[in-house]
Amino acid sequence: MTITVFVPCDAAALAVGADKVAAAISREIEARGVDARVVRNGSRGLLWLEPMVEVRTEHGRIAYGPVTPGDVPELFAADFLRGGAHPLCQGRTRDIPFLRNQTRLTFARCGVTDPLSLDDFRAYSGLKGLEKALAMSPGEIVAAVTESGLRGRGGAGFPTGIKWKTVLDAPGTTKYIVCNADEGDSGTFSDRMVMEGDPFMLIEGMIIAGMATGATKGYIYTRSEYPHAIETMRRAITIAREANLLGPSILGSGRAFDLDVREGAGAYVCGEETSLLNSLEGKRGIVRAKPPLPALQGLFGCPTVVNNVISLASVPVILDRGPAFYRDFGVGRSHGTIPIQLAGNVKHGGLYETAFGLSLGEIVNDIGGGTLSGRPVKAVQVGGPLGAYFPPSLFDTVFDYEAFAARDGLIGHAGIVVFDDTVDMLKQARFAMEFCAIESCGKCTPCRIGSTRGVETVDRIAHGIEPEQNKALLGDLCNTMKFGSLCALGGFTPYPVMSALKHFPEDFAPAPVKEAAE
Amino acid sequence: MNIRSSVDDILSRTSAIVEEHKRSEGPLLPILHAVQEAFGFIPEDAKPLIAQALNLSRAEVHGVVSFYHDFRSEPSGRHVLKLCRGEACQSMGADRLADELKRLLDVEWGGTTADGAVTVEPVFCLGLCACAPSAMLDGQVHGRLDGESCAALIAEVRR
Ligand SMILES: Cc1cc2nc3c(=O)[nH]c(=O)nc-3n(C[C@H](O)[C@H](O)[C@H](O)COP(=O)(O)O)c2cc1C
Ligand code: SF4
Repeated sequence: MTITVFVPCDAAALAVGADKVAAAISREIEARGVDARVVRNGSRGLLWLEPMVEVRTEHGRIAYGPVTPGDVPELFAADFLRGGAHPLCQGRTRDIPFLRNQTRLTFARCGVTDPLSLDDFRAYSGLKGLEKALAMSPGEIVAAVTESGLRGRGGAGFPTGIKWKTVLDAPGTTKYIVCNADEGDSGTFSDRMVMEGDPFMLIEGMIIAGMATGATKGYIYTRSEYPHAIETMRRAITIAREANLLGPSILGSGRAFDLDVREGAGAYVCGEETSLLNSLEGKRGIVRAKPPLPALQGLFGCPTVVNNVISLASVPVILDRGPAFYRDFGVGRSHGTIPIQLAGNVKHGGLYETAFGLSLGEIVNDIGGGTLSGRPVKAVQVGGPLGAYFPPSLFDTVFDYEAFAARDGLIGHAGIVVFDDTVDMLKQARFAMEFCAIESCGKCTPCRIGSTRGVETVDRIAHGIEPEQNKALLGDLCNTMKFGSLCALGGFTPYPVMSALKHFPEDFAPAPVKEAAE
Repeated sequence: MNIRSSVDDILSRTSAIVEEHKRSEGPLLPILHAVQEAFGFIPEDAKPLIAQALNLSRAEVHGVVSFYHDFRSEPSGRHVLKLCRGEACQSMGADRLADELKRLLDVEWGGTTADGAVTVEPVFCLGLCACAPSAMLDGQVHGRLDGESCAALIAEVRR
């Protein structure tokens, strides 16, 4: 029987040489004349082991990683095609603790299947949610999503069912589903992994959203920084159309839905939903005032669902397994599972899907294994560039929306960036302001001007110029930005800045050496 | 990529691009991406044509071009190296790496080396945050970079 070898085609795996490894394996297969083939799968999310090569054996899939092209002849010599022993062998993939302890609902197929194989997709429960939805009324689908407790995974945590109900009830014959795949937060990559590793799941979720709300057209708006995701999504859409999964009659149901991918042009603010809609319409990505809500007047003035990739991708499993199944995971008002993205200076960086409710310390130390550099953890930024920095003294914070908010933080898109003790928190605060200045859409003054003033003020503190007054000024500026900005770019930049100032005051004390030099 | 296109060439190729996208909803961004793909930047001469075809003012088209970081009004070097400046990459020493590289190439952010080989641009996150620091060279991604692997990339494009 033909042996199957899996080499990921996820961008993170490609970035560390997966293509070269796949080529080396193919060459070796040919040279040795063995009956084996290479399948390019998504990534399992064990990114420190990428490129992670797997072989399907009678004992299950066996993993080897991180593999370099130079390791390949040795692996063949060690009979890795039959799961042979080798220093890079990680044993059975599903027994690797990082993977074994996860609850994978949304990422169940990612890294397991060939992302562009509809047969694989169906073989691993794909389309089951859609098939159930086809037998339901729009109101029933919306009710199921509401009951599941699913909250938007894009950052704000707004209940998805309520958003869908607004669009369902909105008058209008033309409605849209817009998938927010802009994923601009540093430390986040779960949207990208879905698009590259399991694109049909997102398509399925969007079709269900269309059926639930009466929308017949959808757009996936993603970033130009994600060329591989764009390519995979486009190919998946073509395949889905050919299989009548998209088009005038979805799976012969007589209901229509079609989908396109749109590429952004390098503006972080276009992840904000109204800015995104302006960008999709071909305008400057300037934030719109709300109301009107996009649900009522969104794309081209029509009722529009704007949902994050993970929100939409969670819908098929909710319909397939039932809302209660999903709802029962999690804590408090944070239901279901969340794909946590562990990044930065961390030993075991990658994607970890789990029910809400672990503590931050468990995530960073137990799952992440602490820093990659081996030095002590100093700070952890949760929720992207607008998220707060947490010191280890707050590691008991539970990973759920409310617990983070209670400690002046946010979970955002669930990206966690770890820093060791060499980080300078004043520099990080300055960067937050600088980032806001670079990415501001310019619509409101606190954000547009305040961020530049913020950079200047931090610089004065760094130079020991009237530090106490300037720290007070920085607090004032942050307050103005927080309460005077139209959107969360200006409104949340104070989180990283103020948390740095509050938890790491020593980094804002004027350096004695500098003073002497001045 | 022909960066020395004549005005006629710009007009004819831009019209073809506009024609291809005109009937889709909100076609301006896809058109601008395609124009930049064709010429390596958005030529001034292309703007009036796009404006007219989409029933926009030239100022509106210019306003869109200048809003987005991706769109260039000048040609880049033969290769474009985007270095990630996001926090995850910072935590793994991206700032130091960028400083070294800029010194080595004698450029600032957005600058092109004297031999026209490479333009160095900042990028805020490539989604490779668990393989930091990362970069994208002409659309190819690279992770776990250090001084040595960065220098190897540069050597490759300078060949
Ligand atoms: C500056 C800014 C950037 C944002 N970027 C993203 C993003 O990249 N992806 C995303 O899904 N939501 C992003 N959001 C949140 C969206 O505005 C919106 O809340 C979300 O798309 C709604 O989808 P959800 O309910 O499924 O979370 C951003 C918000 C702001 C203010
Ligand atoms: S806060 Fe900043 S990004 Fe948001 S609307 Fe105001 S200027 Fe634009």
